[in-house]
Amino acid sequence: MGLTLIIIVVLVVLFAWSTYNSLATGKVRIKEALSGIDVQLKRRIDLVPNLVETVKGYAKHEKEVFENVTKARASLMNADSTHEKAVSDNMLSGALKSLIAVSEAYPDLKASSNFMELQEELSDIEAKIAYARQFFNTNVSSYNTTLVNFPGSVIGNMFGFKEEEFFEATEEDKKPVKVAF
Amino acid sequence: MNIYSQITANKRKTWLIIFLFVIFITTILFVYGKASGYGLEYAGIGLIFSGIMAFSSYYYSDKMILGMSNAKQIQKKDNPELFRTVENLCIGAGIPMPKVYIIEDSAINAFSTGRDLKHSVVCVTTGCLDRLNKVELEGVVAHELSHIRNYDIRLMAIVVILVGLVALLADFFMRSLWYGGAKRERSDRDNTQGIFLLIGIAFALLSPLIATLIQLSVSRKREFLADASGALLTRYPEGLASALEKIEVDTEPLEVANNATAHLYIANPFKGKIMGSWFSHLFDTHPPIEERIKILRAM
Repeated sequence: MGLTLIIIVVLVVLFAWSTYNSLATGKVRIKEALSGIDVQLKRRIDLVPNLVETVKGYAKHEKEVFENVTKARASLMNADSTHEKAVSDNMLSGALKSLIAVSEAYPDLKASSNFMELQEELSDIEAKIAYARQFFNTNVSSYNTTLVNFPGSVIGNMFGFKEEEFFEATEEDKKPVKVAF
Repeated sequence: MNIYSQITANKRKTWLIIFLFVIFITTILFVYGKASGYGLEYAGIGLIFSGIMAFSSYYYSDKMILGMSNAKQIQKKDNPELFRTVENLCIGAGIPMPKVYIIEDSAINAFSTGRDLKHSVVCVTTGCLDRLNKVELEGVVAHELSHIRNYDIRLMAIVVILVGLVALLADFFMRSLWYGGAKRERSDRDNTQGIFLLIGIAFALLSPLIATLIQLSVSRKREFLADASGALLTRYPEGLASALEKIEVDTEPLEVANNATAHLYIANPFKGKIMGSWFSHLFDTHPPIEERIKILRAM
């Protein structure tokens, strides 16, 4: 009788232990994945001044577009939480789109090899951000699934694990971005 | 089941396969030892000898395979588009960037090899680059990267080595019969040795075949999983499905592929249609393409 009890207790402890470990590992993976996004965001932040300068050389009068881009870039640099990053990244994407759209009105700019190179690099970075975000969100969703299901929910409660945020801008966040010419 | 538990399951399977092979090889050794009349010490020497050969091939397998296939390594400037595709998908899969190789051949095919995440290689043919569009190429590369991430490349490298080991041992045994003739002590042990000699010869003939069948069945299973996790990576199963369709109607065989490397490729490189009894399917390196396309389209 006593032995059975001991075996049951040991099994429960082992089970709890492995659940705790999988939650902790999940958290580490999310953090790693977030730093993967950060690397690409940083690349984009570094590229923006170059791109703005190039466009300015041909199209001095598009002040509002430049301001929007600079503002969005600054807010991305200062973003702290995952959600803030996602929102300001989304804002920067919109602003950059209108910056690129400016080139339609300036054939010289459009044909400049420097501009074309920058544009290609920008689209490469954007593709990489998309994949890094996908990897991040996959990790978050697998962690959150463990956390809301039994026994993860019990262990999570006991040790204070919280659900993690996805890297995404909600519909509401997307509204304030106005494309202005 | 998320991708990490798939990987854990795959690592566990690797150990199970190694364990089964160890039992298999020990049995064979026992029989060979008895049959040759030299006893187990002799078999032990055979094991050490073949073991060293087999495991040194573990570290050089990727180089041998790449050499055999005439593959050339490329850098980013040689083909930025392919390189970017691989980079992007690696970010999505959360794995380090593998080396990228190209085979000059107009057949559409691709493979990946290596022994772990840090020593991995993706290789595509020029046919892939010329005849597949961007999403199809993405689908193919995602399939190959999934082999790397799921640790299939290690599983297959080890299976291939163990199969090779079995073949080497059989060879060793047959040769020893030929040359040595064994110092048979005329005694009452003669009779059992005769029986073991028969079993030994049967083993030597059959064991490489059995080992190969195990290898092929493992390889077929891995293809389905790589299709599925590749599709999960691109979020677009249709890309790989339509690439497979192109491969299916393509009649051109890949010249550099041979029996030793056929199972590595994304699809059977020989293009020979085998008429379908269950027995001939035992020797397939890949599951039927139609079936893979059907599963991808149903996702």
